[in-house]
Amino acid sequence: MHNKPFSDIAFAEYLAQEKIMGSRCPQCGRVFVPPRPICLECGSSSLEWTEMPRKGTLAAFTCITVPPPSMAAKGFGRDNPYCTGVVELEGGGRLVARIEGVQADKPETIRIGQPMEAIFMDPEKEGEDTILAFRPS
Amino acid sequence: MSKARKLNRNVCIVGGGMSRFGMFRDKNSKDLFAEAFLEMLCSVDKGFDPAEIDALYVGNFSNDFFVHQAHWGPIVSDLIGHTPKPATRTEGACASSALAFREGVLAIASGMYDMVLVSGVEEMSKRTTEEVAEGLALATTPYEGKAGFTFPGVFGAVATAYFARYQSGREHLMNVTIKSHENAPHNPKAQFPMTIRDIMASKAKSAEKKGKPVPEWSDEKAFLKDPKANPSVAWPMHLYDCCPISDGASCLLLVGEELAGRFTDAPIRVAGIGQGSGRGLHASEDLTSFEATRYAAQEAYGMSGLQPKDIQLSEVHDCFSIAEILHIEDLGFFPPGDGVHAVAEGQTRLDGPMPINTSGGLKCKGHPVGATGVSQLYEVWKQLRGEAGPRQVPKKDLRIGAAHNLGGTGGTCTFTILERR
Repeated sequence: MHNKPFSDIAFAEYLAQEKIMGSRCPQCGRVFVPPRPICLECGSSSLEWTEMPRKGTLAAFTCITVPPPSMAAKGFGRDNPYCTGVVELEGGGRLVARIEGVQADKPETIRIGQPMEAIFMDPEKEGEDTILAFRPS
Repeated sequence: MSKARKLNRNVCIVGGGMSRFGMFRDKNSKDLFAEAFLEMLCSVDKGFDPAEIDALYVGNFSNDFFVHQAHWGPIVSDLIGHTPKPATRTEGACASSALAFREGVLAIASGMYDMVLVSGVEEMSKRTTEEVAEGLALATTPYEGKAGFTFPGVFGAVATAYFARYQSGREHLMNVTIKSHENAPHNPKAQFPMTIRDIMASKAKSAEKKGKPVPEWSDEKAFLKDPKANPSVAWPMHLYDCCPISDGASCLLLVGEELAGRFTDAPIRVAGIGQGSGRGLHASEDLTSFEATRYAAQEAYGMSGLQPKDIQLSEVHDCFSIAEILHIEDLGFFPPGDGVHAVAEGQTRLDGPMPINTSGGLKCKGHPVGATGVSQLYEVWKQLRGEAGPRQVPKKDLRIGAAHNLGGTGGTCTFTILERR
């Protein structure tokens, strides 16, 4: 099962299975998410898959009122902003992800350091990847 | 970094030009480039023959996307009559022309060439705002794009991290915007050559003309806090935190230092030059700092033997208000967390101890992305020659200035120190 290359494609395939997978270096113990094929610490290329915790805290966020065309096509805009951000996973490692379950139209209510848990949103169009998101836990 | 890098041969700027920056329906990239080039021709004190230019470097991020035309090296080479000599395009997102400058410096330092034209051009305004946002987002990392980040969004997120870490907020960033707009009216090439108060007055006048209720704001901050006047783009980035969509071109003429006296008695020497690369938000060790900027700065300081305290003025890449704060800290001008206070105290004003973005910065001067890096160096060159007119930094013995250019979400950063000898 764990013979996929440590690639962005494999990371997306695991998200479709509702798993956040990173790569771990058995030599020095460093963990990378999204996965990397070569350890940044010791240069080893014999890494192994490791499942990441689905919990973390909100490290940074933004609520977007001027969306790119791809998000505007989904109905987001000035009257319907969306939140996206950076989540620090339990035990280390950061991911950029959509932030759900918050009031994107009231950004003052969203708090840095807030505990978050992962959710996996189905793609809206065929051929698109599962969208990784976090919501307050 | 263990050893200080050195150039084998010193390089000087002996001429420069810059088009007006703005949104031009009636000018394309070639027209803008010609405007910058013609100013450069007249700027060389003792004159020169453009046939002496050995090679040309042009920074351009994404005219491929913006005007559906790539391969800008030969296009501008043909425009200025430089063919068949070499012309090379450099791409480093919003730092594209700082890379052209750097390649030009390295080419002369290597001994290969004596005279090089370094330049940049971008033409963005023919697209809608949404399309420009999409075009610029090509320079985020693949992860950020998938999560729905725009460029204002990336810097908005960085701002929330900074606010939480250093107990600050939107009001601190407004000081950056107000300061940049105070410098801009003195720059005839700026896209928005007006103060925030000028803008408030013009809005009130336009409302009166249309018979609408005339808005009243007690001061600049009241205006910037008014969501009608200054709507959110990507919280906490609002319209007046963001640089505009712009068209423009810029160029500088470089020669080997030993030849500079043939062209001018006031050459400006490249004292230090640095470039770094970075990994994007998810991998950033510190969300309130750009690793590539710190690396580039370390390289440039090392080469020049200078320290942050020696820099007398600097242009920095203020694509968003929060970016200016991060850069003035990353470059060592102020300790981490002190940037917001330094700006609030007026330290970065034109007449302050550390003037930042005397040109009005990207916010007011405009940000035709591929032209920006060289235009920043053009501003420093002007300042060090004492030719900046009403925005001349009022310091005695102004000798050392610098420019910082950032591409993507900190993926490519440069820092260049210039010195008048």
